Amino acid sequence: MAFGAFQTGAPAATAAQPAAQRKSPIALWLLLPGILYLILFFVTPLFSLVLTSFQEPIPGGFMGEYQTAFRFENYAEVVGTYFSHIGRSFIYASLATVFALLLGYPIAYVIGVKLRPYPLWQSLALVILIAPFFISFLLRTIAWKQIFADEGFFVGLLKSMQIISADAYLTGTPFSVVFGLTYMFLPFMALPIYTTLEKLDLRYVEAGGDLYANPVTVFRTVTFPLSLPGVISGTLLTFIPATGDYINASRDFLGSTETAMMGNVIEANFLVLQNFPAAAALSLILMMSILIIVSAYVKRSGTDDLL
Amino acid sequence: MAGEVSAKQFAEAGADLSLVNVTKRFPGFTAIDDLSLDIPAGSFFALLGPSGCGKTTTLRLVAGLEEPTEGRIVIGGKDVTDTKAYQRPVNTVFQSYALFPHMSVLENVMFGLRRRKIEDAEGKAREALALVELGHVANRKPAQLSGGQQQRVALARAVVNRPALLLLDEPLGALDLKLRRQMQLELKDIQSEVGLTFLHVTHDQEEAMTMADTVAVMNLGKIEQMGAPEELYESPKTAFVATFLGQSNLFVGEVTGSTNTVITVSSGGYELRVPSHRAVAHRGTITVGVRPEKVSLHQSNPSADANRTLIGPGRVVDASFTGVSTQYLVDVPGVGEVTVFAQNTSLGEHAKEGDEVFLSWSVEHAFGLADTPPEEERFVDDTSTGSVAVQEREKLEAELEEA
Repeated sequence: MAFGAFQTGAPAATAAQPAAQRKSPIALWLLLPGILYLILFFVTPLFSLVLTSFQEPIPGGFMGEYQTAFRFENYAEVVGTYFSHIGRSFIYASLATVFALLLGYPIAYVIGVKLRPYPLWQSLALVILIAPFFISFLLRTIAWKQIFADEGFFVGLLKSMQIISADAYLTGTPFSVVFGLTYMFLPFMALPIYTTLEKLDLRYVEAGGDLYANPVTVFRTVTFPLSLPGVISGTLLTFIPATGDYINASRDFLGSTETAMMGNVIEANFLVLQNFPAAAALSLILMMSILIIVSAYVKRSGTDDLL
Repeated sequence: MAGEVSAKQFAEAGADLSLVNVTKRFPGFTAIDDLSLDIPAGSFFALLGPSGCGKTTTLRLVAGLEEPTEGRIVIGGKDVTDTKAYQRPVNTVFQSYALFPHMSVLENVMFGLRRRKIEDAEGKAREALALVELGHVANRKPAQLSGGQQQRVALARAVVNRPALLLLDEPLGALDLKLRRQMQLELKDIQSEVGLTFLHVTHDQEEAMTMADTVAVMNLGKIEQMGAPEELYESPKTAFVATFLGQSNLFVGEVTGSTNTVITVSSGGYELRVPSHRAVAHRGTITVGVRPEKVSLHQSNPSADANRTLIGPGRVVDASFTGVSTQYLVDVPGVGEVTVFAQNTSLGEHAKEGDEVFLSWSVEHAFGLADTPPEEERFVDDTSTGSVAVQEREKLEAELEEA
């Protein structure tokens, strides 16, 4: 009954599957380099980071010498010591995300919708938006430091107009750090929103107007909800790197010790204090918190299927 | 918001619509040329024309989605020319449906009611969905519906608002024939039940004729002729109407004589007679037409009849059997090819290709047109599209130079 067994054993559905969906050894071979790369440069360091975060100092050893252990207190200690830095990171990143959204959405809207009849102007506006990327972001941040400098023109102008008091300053304040973050991530916010708005079918907007919705209501009920996938990608692309940023908040650029964020603390622990377990624990806390916040955010916006 | 018809309330009845000398120019071409139109309240009015004739633009002007270059638009006695779409007591069933993809079917239908803060929006929306027999899909997203269902949701979304004026932009275009017939009847029912004014834009002459009380045939931004469907069909006034609404045999000739009741036109050596009340022009070169189904085919020369026009002999060039009728193409020397639709009322011998035949029709059935049929093909918009592109480019270049 070999023939019968063959018939029942091979369901017709498998044979009908398109070639691309069938498991093929070639696909696995093609995936191999990528998988190896990830194991070598992502999984291994992550594992090593987790191990490091539980290490304890070698008794009587030199600075920066640690041995394998399971010292959970490392986590409690870093949270206790750097609680304000952790909080600051998330507050600054949230503020920068909100400001980048408020600034980036109108930019994306103008380029993606208003300039649609003029393709040349549209391309030009996009180039202007992306142009700052051609300059190293370190240079750009230093430029802002110059602009905000105490003896600089901008601060002088604000003082002469009595917007800020004569002994006030801008560099090293939360203002300049949040400003720097907003500026740095603005294109990351505007570009994904632009991509969704550029594809927005204006007939929905017309239909909204036809159904008694004034322009503000059309925006609230039609345009914005339809651009939500872009808004979510934009906010994620801004919030995640902004939380871990250590350039803007650093004393060498726009920040001061009062504005230090988690990134600065991790950098200091790894490179200066050589407290590797603390730095590793902080890194993992940062990673987990972002993961939790982002999943809650995506879940709540109800657009996990849109992403 | 003063006035009888405001966008803020349910319309008690349909409102009448007037377009007064409306012109709409786009860069490169004139879509609507000095159009004046009165549509009485409660009527089902169809704008019929080929694509690019300006009918959709007319609809968009009434809806407030375009602004007229010149002229006024009056709805229910109130000048709405300067108001925005959302302020007008008008709803549109869009050709593309334009259902909001992020909302459920029910939310789509409730949209207009919510904007106007009408009580029990959900109940009314469910009623409207029941009317189009889609109550069971209220919670689905538009993308989960078939084309026909989406079309009915679009209809419900517009009708639920009880607009004084409902605009329909080829809403049945995407449906198959059976569903189309069904929806035509449903639309007609809704219209007479609710008493709204319907303005229906279509290129389908059959749809316009079966549904509308009044049909306006549009061509090149102007209304060629307007009237009841029978009137348009039986007494077309222009060559365009005569050929766009059904088929016509047209003969161009000189008027050689006229009495009080009949004018005689000489064409290709034949004397063609037209009742004078059915002719627009009474002297000079005019075009006489007759519908193919009004023409009789004779295998032998019939005896002369004062009430019939007789031409022939001619030769059958083509005979195609379509079931209820046979369509003949007869070449008559002097006047050219004449189309004849003969009902299959008898069994047995019919004329075949190559047969010599005579043609006749009742003088009463002939009509005289205001113009002569154009020499060239009707589809000349290719050149105008090119000119649009050129002008558009010039405009862009000028803009760039300014900047």
